[in-house]
Amino acid sequence: MPVEAPRKRQAAANEITIDAEGLHYRDLNELIHQAAAQGARVIDVRNVNGQRYIGAGLRLPVTIRLHGTAGNDLGVFMDGPTIELFGNAQDGAANTMNSGRIIIHGDAGQICGLSMRGGRVYVRGSVGYRSGIHMKGYQDKVPVVVIGGHAGSFLGEYMAGGRIYVLGLDAPAACPLGGGKEPVWRVPERCRSLTGRYTGTGMHGGAIYVRGQVDPALCGREAVISPATDDDLPVIRRDMEDYARCFGLDAGYILSVPFTRLAPKSHRPYGKNYAY
Amino acid sequence: MRRNLRERIPGGCAIIGVMSETGRRFDGTTVIEGIRCMHERSNGLGGGFAAYGIYPDDLKPYYALHVMSQTHHEHETMEEGIRQHFRIIHQEPIPTRRHPRVGEAPILWRYFVAAPTDFAEPPGEEEYMVGRIMDLNGRVEGSLIFSSGRDMGIFKGVGYPEDIGEFFRLDEYRAYLWTSHGRFPTNTPGWWGGAHPFGLLNWSVVHNGEISSYDANRRYLEMFGYRCYMKTDTEVVLYLFDLLNRRHGLPIELTCSVLTAPFWNEIDAMPPADAELWRALRQVYAGALLNGPFSVIVGFEGGMVGLADRIMLRPLVGARAGDLVFIASEEAAIRAVCPSPETVWAAEGGEPIVARLARSAGGSEPASAHKVEVPAAS
Amino acid sequence: MSVIKNEPVTEQPAGGLLPTGAVPAGTTGSPPRRTASPADRGSVGVERGGGVGNKEDLAKKTRQAVTPFRRMRPAVRTHPDFRVIVDEDKCTLCRFCVLQCSWDALGWDDRVVPFDENCVGCWRCVAVCPTYAIRIEQWPTMYRENHNWTRFIANSVRKQAGSGGKLLVGTGNDKPYPVYWDHLLIDACQVTNPSIDPLREPMELRTYVGAKPDRVDLAAYLSARERHFIPTDHRSVGDPDRSGDPSANGRPAFDRDLRRRLGIGPQLRLETPIMIAAMSYGAVSLNVQKSCARAVAEMGTYWCTGEGGMHPDHYPYADHTIVQVASGRFAVDADYLNRAAAVEIKIGQGAKPGIGGHLPGEKVTADIASTRMIPEGSDAISPAPHHDIYSIEDLRQLIFAIKEATRYEKPVFVKIAAVHNVAAIASGIVRAGADAVVIDGFRGGTGAAPTMIRDHVGIPIELALAAVDDRLRQEGIRNRATVIASGSIRSSMDVVKAIALGADAVYVGTAALIALGCTLCQQCHRGRCAWGLTTQRPDLVKRVDPEEGWQLIANLFKAWSGEIKETLGLLGINSLESLRGNRERLRAVGLSQAEMDILGVKPAGR
Repeated sequence: MPVEAPRKRQAAANEITIDAEGLHYRDLNELIHQAAAQGARVIDVRNVNGQRYIGAGLRLPVTIRLHGTAGNDLGVFMDGPTIELFGNAQDGAANTMNSGRIIIHGDAGQICGLSMRGGRVYVRGSVGYRSGIHMKGYQDKVPVVVIGGHAGSFLGEYMAGGRIYVLGLDAPAACPLGGGKEPVWRVPERCRSLTGRYTGTGMHGGAIYVRGQVDPALCGREAVISPATDDDLPVIRRDMEDYARCFGLDAGYILSVPFTRLAPKSHRPYGKNYAY
Repeated sequence: MRRNLRERIPGGCAIIGVMSETGRRFDGTTVIEGIRCMHERSNGLGGGFAAYGIYPDDLKPYYALHVMSQTHHEHETMEEGIRQHFRIIHQEPIPTRRHPRVGEAPILWRYFVAAPTDFAEPPGEEEYMVGRIMDLNGRVEGSLIFSSGRDMGIFKGVGYPEDIGEFFRLDEYRAYLWTSHGRFPTNTPGWWGGAHPFGLLNWSVVHNGEISSYDANRRYLEMFGYRCYMKTDTEVVLYLFDLLNRRHGLPIELTCSVLTAPFWNEIDAMPPADAELWRALRQVYAGALLNGPFSVIVGFEGGMVGLADRIMLRPLVGARAGDLVFIASEEAAIRAVCPSPETVWAAEGGEPIVARLARSAGGSEPASAHKVEVPAAS
Repeated sequence: MSVIKNEPVTEQPAGGLLPTGAVPAGTTGSPPRRTASPADRGSVGVERGGGVGNKEDLAKKTRQAVTPFRRMRPAVRTHPDFRVIVDEDKCTLCRFCVLQCSWDALGWDDRVVPFDENCVGCWRCVAVCPTYAIRIEQWPTMYRENHNWTRFIANSVRKQAGSGGKLLVGTGNDKPYPVYWDHLLIDACQVTNPSIDPLREPMELRTYVGAKPDRVDLAAYLSARERHFIPTDHRSVGDPDRSGDPSANGRPAFDRDLRRRLGIGPQLRLETPIMIAAMSYGAVSLNVQKSCARAVAEMGTYWCTGEGGMHPDHYPYADHTIVQVASGRFAVDADYLNRAAAVEIKIGQGAKPGIGGHLPGEKVTADIASTRMIPEGSDAISPAPHHDIYSIEDLRQLIFAIKEATRYEKPVFVKIAAVHNVAAIASGIVRAGADAVVIDGFRGGTGAAPTMIRDHVGIPIELALAAVDDRLRQEGIRNRATVIASGSIRSSMDVVKAIALGADAVYVGTAALIALGCTLCQQCHRGRCAWGLTTQRPDLVKRVDPEEGWQLIANLFKAWSGEIKETLGLLGINSLESLRGNRERLRAVGLSQAEMDILGVKPAGR
């Protein structure tokens, strides 16, 4: 679809509004890149629905406000911008992000924060499977993912750096169908806990902080579970205050529950697996 | 129409299902718009739809055999076979309209048939139907019965699914349940029969992903008389549902849980009586475990179920808006046709999303499953 | 010349079951008198030139040593197989090798003196030499090259002309038949389906051995559940067998009832699909068996006693022990059957299909005699057939006799050699009520077998397994019994390929022995194993320390299990049952169409 001029509306000198209704992702992303290159500081995108790669590889200091459901790979390879999403993100948000900030007012799908090297992802709601998988820090970069609700299984799988928080601010939403009386064969505990199964499996760097208790049976063997220490608290406080500010929440309330920390047992969890 | 019977066809895809739990019927434009939103997930080599509750009252009781044939000769051979095994109540070409983006279609015909004799018990008739359909599909080259349920139909072909939907004039049908599939086959050119959904009796399956355990499942199913003539992994999903639910009487939810069985360490942690059951289920149905990345939507008489593999390697999202239940690969597909559902949630690996017709709408468990009285957990 | 030899010539025959009537020459001679010396411990911390062992003692033994080889007529004299070369620059004169050689291949005359004709190439001396001063080489070919009358065949003729005896050998078939495992390649995921990370994500190898019904009768389960009124708390997580659980009361009865209603026969739970095959006490030493028993207990799998009974030392591992009932019926009584986790009826063995065996009386020591429940010193004869099994219905009779005696609580295995008609035989065995069928291929190991039978009878396990799995599926009875493949499973990839062809689990024997030191010298039948494996000589037996041995085997199984998991991961599956019979994930290289048809695999590239 050709890029139509009226879709771009200039509200203030450096604020631009784009209507994404029916736009192919390629056209939408072209509009965003053009606007950013022309010096826009805030880009407001309306009617987003499923467009992929929004903010992909973007390196300019711009704030993108998205309204709707962002498609897969939101902010992939992004280096610097801020994306604020009023809606849900699909799979792969913040995939391999280098720096910047993604604030999601809804939920995010699977593999949120995959291989993030830096920057921050704040999710008000919950995330799917394998969030924060293989996150890694590098030099001064420390990626941070904060999940307001609960996380699916394999959270922080082979995590190598950075920090993940799971806050459980809202009770995990039970699957709204097939509810009622539980049949006897129901597989228990599949989707009932704050972090799902295999949390921190294979982690060899970074830390996962869970607000409240963690069931060791649901964690990977490579993670050491302990209460967050006094050393952790200043960092946690700073992160939570920042997070709370983004969503208008009370940081004091979030911090009123003690955090549990999952840390790697070793930086080389599989060193003994091989024969030479 | 060329069947590639030697090779299995892997692929990635888009799937969506929409159902009214009250049995309200709505036309095919909703599901077409939904699948159109996921255009990116298909490559134009296959698209299709299943629709439940579409046929007029006088034809509802009969099996609707949708047949595609490459040549007139093959069409006639198949028709002869159908006539030989079944009583044909009514037959007609499947209505289509010319579509600029849909290529040359095979001969598309539908027969409303009954079993030749009255069977004392319903399973007898179903077994007969399944046996004959498998036989005809295996025997008649160049022709395929691709839909065989009652009061439901499958419409599929080579093209993007939204185009295929328009080609089959699905805006003119009204169904309480629609599923659709956009195909991204990776190694062979699509052929009309290879598009999804796959169907057997009232089952229909749309599938995104690949069943890495395919041959283990296929060889397991062959022990029970199923013949996997399509050589696609979707086929084994279909037959496993048929075997476990229709023939072995496991309820739909349990069927789903067997196909995506809990891990042994989960079973070990269960209370003893549950663990004993699950151990038995995994031991007995080892060949039914579906392994690999997949999400499927299975339609059946009176409901649909969405299911993703047990470690969630393919996406699946559910949503509800009023009487409508949506299941799709991407949330955006749902929002494209229903911008503000009441709830949207991501499926969990191995946790089925089941939607059923309310009893008042005439819904019930499919086949035999309701025979088992299920007590509630304490 | 005062040549010192370390041992009298004592052929202590038949580490294993000798074939009936095959009594090797040289069975006379005094039993070993030497008591334990530090050398026997197998440690190599010997200081240079210090030496060990009593010089006079060595000299005396050497005077007694007469090598049969040197008494032979020239016509039937064969050249030695090996040449032992001692590098005098490196040799520390510690005499360790001389003491460790159980074959009289090394003597002492102020330096190490090799007797090449006695060397079996077992490598014990090489392995214990602190300075790597010893080298074993193939004896250089001295005959004119002949591809028809190979050295092996011509030498066999000479040996038989000299002795009039049947040729006897230990270890599996070494002839260059095609190894089908090595013609099969494994698929892997690329793009269209993701591979799975085996280290982080769950990867299940658990396997249940035993008969399964075709379906689970849910209604029967629910009614059983109601009858026993088991309270259920779905949110409880913990050990199912935890005490204090109110539902634990009367559990065994409930479990039995539940299993019966579910139609599930007794099952063995394997945490890895690898078990240790039957190697009887007599064929191998007690220390070998102890190593096996402890290893499988630690790894959550099973070992089979073989037909030599179950020594009381193994009772702590009874839950991981399969006892064998063979044609000799040694040690078989109700206690024996009930003590074990499962019972295996041995019909045949891949290395010697259709023939029996015997353990010569001189090997039937007090301990072996009591374990086998036979008089000390008497021959332990295993007839070729079971004389109560002349037909498939007779087999059924024995299967059910065992089931009755064990109150249907033990799986009953039936082990057969892979022969031409194996598929039909296996089908009959399943229909006769066996819970598991063991198929032993023609490359399977043995403690003693007639060489010609070992090398020429039976068929490869790969083809047999594929044929059996196909046949059982065609008949719709594959669920009714577990299929166990054995007969030279050499690596984790052999296990993977066997399971993809249709096996539920495998048995390994030789691999476990190699883990304990076996170097495949094929002299098991002579009872002088320098590694202490297939011998009963106390000084040699203690070269295997069970405390160390079990860890070697457990390590091997752990490593193989890791590789199997890795393979499942690259296949994109996370449970072994999704590999079972999944021949689509195999491709063949260098096989004929007929072979591929039997194996049910496509050629690579298709």
